[in-house]
Amino acid sequence: MEPQIRTLVDISESQASLSGRADIVLERARWASYIFQRFDKKRTMKIVDAVANVAHSHAGEWAEQVVVETGFGVVSHKKLKNEFTAKPLVDYYREQDLVSMRVKEEKKIVEIPRPAGVIFALIPSTNPISTLNFKIILALITRNSIVISPHPAAKKSCIDAVRILTEAAISSGAPEGAIQVLETPSIPLIEEFMSSPKTNVILATGGTAMVRAAYSSSNPAIGVGPGNAPVFVDSSADIALAANQIVTSKSFDNSVLCTSESNLITLTDVDKPLRKSLKNEGAYICNNNEVVQIRNYLFHPNGFNVEALGRDAVWIARECGIRVPKKTLILVTPINSIGIEEPLAREKLCPVLSFYVANSPKQAIAQSRATLRATGAGHSAVIHSQNERMILDFASRVECYRVVVNASCSLGASGFNTNLAPSFTIGTGFYGRSSLGENLGPQHLIHWTQIAYNSDPSVAFGKFNELSLSLDGPLPRSPSDGVPGSPKSRRVDTTSTSTSFSIDNVNREELRKLIAEELKNVLKK
Amino acid sequence: MSQEKIDFLERSKTFWNPGKTQDWQDMGIDLVIDHREKYYLHDMDGRRLIDVHLNGGTYNLGHRHPELVEVLKAGTSRFDMGNHHFPALARTALAEALAESAPGPELRYTAYGSGGGEAVDIALKTARHATQRRKIVSIIKAYHGHTGLAVKTGDDRFSKLFLSEDTVGEFVQVPFNDLNTMEDALKRRDVAAVIMETIPATYGFPMPEEGYLPSVKQLCERYDTLYIADEVQTGLMRTGELWGCTKYKVQPDIMVTGKGISGGMYPIACVLISEKCSGWLKEDGFGHMSTMGGAELGCVVAMKTLEIVQRPEVRSVVHFISDYIRSGLDEIMEEYSDFFIGIRQHGLIMGLEFSHEQGAKPVMKYLYENGVWAIFSALDPSVLQFKPGLLMTQSECEELLGRVQIGIEQAREEVLGVRNRRSIH
Repeated sequence: MEPQIRTLVDISESQASLSGRADIVLERARWASYIFQRFDKKRTMKIVDAVANVAHSHAGEWAEQVVVETGFGVVSHKKLKNEFTAKPLVDYYREQDLVSMRVKEEKKIVEIPRPAGVIFALIPSTNPISTLNFKIILALITRNSIVISPHPAAKKSCIDAVRILTEAAISSGAPEGAIQVLETPSIPLIEEFMSSPKTNVILATGGTAMVRAAYSSSNPAIGVGPGNAPVFVDSSADIALAANQIVTSKSFDNSVLCTSESNLITLTDVDKPLRKSLKNEGAYICNNNEVVQIRNYLFHPNGFNVEALGRDAVWIARECGIRVPKKTLILVTPINSIGIEEPLAREKLCPVLSFYVANSPKQAIAQSRATLRATGAGHSAVIHSQNERMILDFASRVECYRVVVNASCSLGASGFNTNLAPSFTIGTGFYGRSSLGENLGPQHLIHWTQIAYNSDPSVAFGKFNELSLSLDGPLPRSPSDGVPGSPKSRRVDTTSTSTSFSIDNVNREELRKLIAEELKNVLKK
Repeated sequence: MSQEKIDFLERSKTFWNPGKTQDWQDMGIDLVIDHREKYYLHDMDGRRLIDVHLNGGTYNLGHRHPELVEVLKAGTSRFDMGNHHFPALARTALAEALAESAPGPELRYTAYGSGGGEAVDIALKTARHATQRRKIVSIIKAYHGHTGLAVKTGDDRFSKLFLSEDTVGEFVQVPFNDLNTMEDALKRRDVAAVIMETIPATYGFPMPEEGYLPSVKQLCERYDTLYIADEVQTGLMRTGELWGCTKYKVQPDIMVTGKGISGGMYPIACVLISEKCSGWLKEDGFGHMSTMGGAELGCVVAMKTLEIVQRPEVRSVVHFISDYIRSGLDEIMEEYSDFFIGIRQHGLIMGLEFSHEQGAKPVMKYLYENGVWAIFSALDPSVLQFKPGLLMTQSECEELLGRVQIGIEQAREEVLGVRNRRSIH
């Protein structure tokens, strides 16, 4: 009979157990970050590149795994996202040195980067691999440790991927524990991690409840709100091009990106040609009855129907009892109002795009603002227009922090095909109850110690240009004395020290007295 | 010292142990431990000490580890000590957990004591029964406890006092790291067992030389003697592996664990016994009895301890602490190389060597003054036992090193009568 480990007294749900489990993971991460902060740029980038290469080469395989596990999304699109958050992400930041010190001669300031330490990162089910790639690489570039908390719906894929990335990191020199993953994420355990004083910053990407919990944790948090991008096609737009961009973007990975277009707003004179162009690109425009069916299917009294999350247009149409051509890429639902009474104006993480016709550009902008009032404040918007005045008016009025022009919002707002920072955490700023207004980048995961000299021109600034930080790399391995192959213990040669002496001939009692005497003298001081 | 403490020490001398109470006062250690948590001891007068004595590894996981407190509390809603006559749920569950994690598949049974000494007695009795021989070989200056048989294996300081030393030549002691003498002791084929602390603790952690322990095991096999590993102080992940003997590639016939096995929350000690030594458990299972041995509450706590120390994160944190503390101590040693002359180390088991034959005593004293509690080795006071906890945080370790640096500097100044060279400018 084989021995079994049996639990007679189960305390796994107790507070002590939850904090014990969180604490040891975070303490290991903290130790790792302490060692990591001794690494220079070269050592750091070796790890970053090794991890990015492995992430890149597994992009397709992990995309397939995630689609199988979660049941939604598009493999080829997920593969693209997974690749985008591997090598290209690293290349984007390669020249930005967040490890070495920087000397600002003219300001008489020297700045030393100080990594956050331990990052606790929540991973959503919608973009699991790309988000974890992204957060891990950002952490490594900045010499931070990271603990990944996967969404339960994508848990297995995430754990497998993190395990492989961790192996790559460790074998290229990262400290053990620099990357860890929560294998049994539960709400109470995640709350424990978020509120632990050993967590330095929480990166919360996911549902609103989780993001709010992160901000309520008492720890620094970078959480971002949901998207619900309005897309405005004005009279000056290249209609065919706009339609092409919108359909491609809205159908990308079945619209699970939070940057995906959500509400199309246009003007009376553009209405017909735009509908025609959308149809040409693979959109199905629903009639009034079909809009009702979709509305009822997608929105239950308590919110969005997660069954529809990341499903393709044909699948959703079928569920709603609507017959659509097989090649349909998105479902367009014309609506008459944007506001509380129209659920279809909210975020829809599936290829359903609402369609609203405004009477004037002024009304279009007002309705774009209304869209973001419903959900998605601070996130993203798109405008298709050739009119710079219109672009400027639109961008300065809608309450969001990125406005993509004449391009796909899914890929544009996240920096795929614009020069915005490539990111899977889109800051929704003050409008969207976030501490971050731009796309999350590595610079957000460090602070700088500033050495500041007197600004008076008569005071000379120090000569720092020829110096660099003392970054000694990993600690030497401590000895395991007597174990073959272990590093040897050093010992000072005592034969040369005149101070050692022998008291061989004193008996125990004398010795006791001697020591007592000696120590009393010590005490008298 | 507060009046309250002075009064208390008088009571301690009057009602508890006058000699022990006074000895500490003589050594300048006026510690009366009041409340404690993590790796901190709080003296009744309010001073806080970082504990790197840990009572020989009893507090590996820190004082009153919250998960151990919780499991003990929860355990009381179902168990008490239990009835040692009967098959018992918790005793068997812990025995299975120990078998699962034992240093070899042969170690299947667990017999229980209420403390390490009793467990060592059980181990020695088991070996005598299995071999039908009486002789026991141990290491000079070994320490295995104070009970009837255990006390005879150790330094005679503790046996002669009670007229309990071996008088019939059944207990033989040989020097550590000396294979020839060991072989001489075994080759008459009349030795039941060699009992071996994997790293002798009270003797200041002299480290086994490469190949020594496996060779002793080979000698045991050659002369049909059993090998008993005393893992009381070296077990439970202190070496970076669950059992120290595993690191030296020794599979003992019998293994003893105690102290840290229940994190200082409930007394229990365990003897793991291989199939080939288990005869008495079949012949007369009532052969050794102990009302409190294997108390079921202790078993519940011990199972949790085993689970915690085997978490992969703990192993990795032990490596971090070992490397970090070592590298900090190396720097201190470099600075005071005429006084602090060496470090014996295996993972979190460390012995700091000083050039003065009693050097660890003033170091202990000055560390105490600087808020660190570490104890000299009773049987080699040139060596300070230095045992950081398994779960120490980076900031605790950094603080510890800062205090140790100052304490050693002050002790050196006192012992060598020289001033800190950094102040000579």
